[in-house]
Amino acid sequence: MTTSETPAEINHVDSSSLDAPLNAVKVDRSIFGHIWYFLRKYPVLPAFVLIMLVIAAIIGPTVAPYERDIGPIGDRHLPMFSFTELAPEDQDPPKYGLWPAGYHLFGSDHIGRDVFTRVLHGATVSMQVVMVSLVLGMVIGVTLGVVSGYYGGMTDEVITRFVDIWYAMPFLMVALIVVLIFGRGLTVLLFVLALVAWAGFVRVIRAQVLVLKEMDYVAAARVTGASDIRIMWKHLLPGILNTAIVVGTLNTSSLILSESVLSFVGAGIQPPTPAWGVMTNEGRDYLSIAPHQVLVPSAAIFMVVISLNFLGDWLRDRLDPRLRQID
Amino acid sequence: MANFLARRFISSLVSVIGATLAIFVLIQFHNDPRQLFVPDSGFGITEEQWIALGDRMGLNDPLWKQYLTWMGNTLRGDLGVSLARDRAVVDLIKGKIGATIQLAVGGWIFAIALGVPMGVLAAVKRGTFWDYFGRSVAIVGQAAPPFVTALVAIWIFAVWLEWLPAGGRSAEFKPSEYILPCVALGWGAAASLMRLTRSSMLEVLDSEYIRLARAKGVKWNWVIYKHALRNALIAPVTSALLVFSSWLNGALVVEIVFSWPGIGYDALFRAVNDNDFPLLLGTVFIFILIYLVFATLADIAYTLIDPRVRLGNSSD
Repeated sequence: MTTSETPAEINHVDSSSLDAPLNAVKVDRSIFGHIWYFLRKYPVLPAFVLIMLVIAAIIGPTVAPYERDIGPIGDRHLPMFSFTELAPEDQDPPKYGLWPAGYHLFGSDHIGRDVFTRVLHGATVSMQVVMVSLVLGMVIGVTLGVVSGYYGGMTDEVITRFVDIWYAMPFLMVALIVVLIFGRGLTVLLFVLALVAWAGFVRVIRAQVLVLKEMDYVAAARVTGASDIRIMWKHLLPGILNTAIVVGTLNTSSLILSESVLSFVGAGIQPPTPAWGVMTNEGRDYLSIAPHQVLVPSAAIFMVVISLNFLGDWLRDRLDPRLRQID
Repeated sequence: MANFLARRFISSLVSVIGATLAIFVLIQFHNDPRQLFVPDSGFGITEEQWIALGDRMGLNDPLWKQYLTWMGNTLRGDLGVSLARDRAVVDLIKGKIGATIQLAVGGWIFAIALGVPMGVLAAVKRGTFWDYFGRSVAIVGQAAPPFVTALVAIWIFAVWLEWLPAGGRSAEFKPSEYILPCVALGWGAAASLMRLTRSSMLEVLDSEYIRLARAKGVKWNWVIYKHALRNALIAPVTSALLVFSSWLNGALVVEIVFSWPGIGYDALFRAVNDNDFPLLLGTVFIFILIYLVFATLADIAYTLIDPRVRLGNSSD
């Protein structure tokens, strides 16, 4: 549920407000009240987290203070906010002078690699994977949705049935089978995540197309001799773009979750590449002596997903309130 | 009712056939399972041995015949023999499924016991502390993947407070071993149940007949339980039943984290890693069967709770 004030919540009359005068709309707010209202109305914090994520993903690998995949083994399991215990000649120097020598912001992992560096690299990996697979899934899902809604009949029946069957498959099982057959690797992972993403689009887009194709302007286009392809591309697609964007945003968080779960299970991104799921899995054997190895990447996943959920809800209320019914 | 069940049965059949067929075809792209029998060292095996092995495993038949053979055996309750472990798949699954069902039922009870009352409370006490508390719990539950919930729970309750064991399952029943896995598994479902209950409860509380009941002077508690809750529970009940299919996703991760000897980890995950296709097909078959049973149960539960729904019209 979103914290922004949605129309449904404003219209709701609960029993305690029934006896309040109707003109009591104007509210006197203190300065903190204004700030609180603003924070509730616009997704400021989620937007901030996501902007940080994008920045981290773009410049992270460049500004990360240490090497990604190697570290001095003597430095293992350092706690957060700590300096190295090695003698200066044994240390790995930071990649540039600005960073205090030997300082590990988020500690180090079980073979002495800097966790902060790996979290930054993990942001890049997550962003790349999610972006590509989302676009891939969106293209497949929107195409099938439009085709299914526009042609109807047997085509529609087959596609809808297929989506139904697809929903009946536990996702992780499908992913494991695909990974088993095509091997572990980035391309396969992108493909698997696209398989997760596409089905969510089909039903919503199809429902929308069913409404749009009865519109007069579509009939007019057909009378003037436009081909089916042209009608779908020029006349139907622009009408469903908003919906596609909303569904896409709402799907992004589940993609990130899926990616992290797959990487955690060992079917996604392969070590030593530092996806957050991989880092969590590597750290879980050391939970009792160095919990930050699990907690830092977990917190990263959690914050990004929570922000995406908020932003998705907000976008949905703004662009396409009818979609509220789907969750 | 009979009509509905018949139609449901046919569409379920199509789903099962489609899913198993898809896996059957996909598996053909993968390495020959006979390679499992070829030792890494030594001289490999001869051409005759290879063909004999294929005969024994039925790999020399055309694909459609292999599929029909498998289907026929399955209908007779024989899911084949696991390649990697040389035991009947049915026995393997039977031995493991108990632990998974215990885990799933425990998580389910936790999800319902936490999600539904919290949703009702959040809706009835709208805008108060309880509402925000419930919604925060829901937001956390929906944003944390199961392995994060599980590991944080282990860190707090097993490592830090040392109240509960960090994993494993003894042969005899020990309640303390069940708490953390069930909570980790049920948390996400509790969140979505809570959201669903809250929003449908709000919708119902806003309706005319609730106002009428209040105007007649019916007690508020009575209104909530007798008039509102029954109508508001339709969506959560369906969701709670369907949640069993998503257990199969969550359970694998939870089973890995807690070293839980269930079907997800010991059968599915290892079947994938060992390239053990009879075991894989059998597990997939069981999973889809479970899902379809629960989907049908959800539809029937609809009618029991809400007499307005007629089954014949509810499916498209």
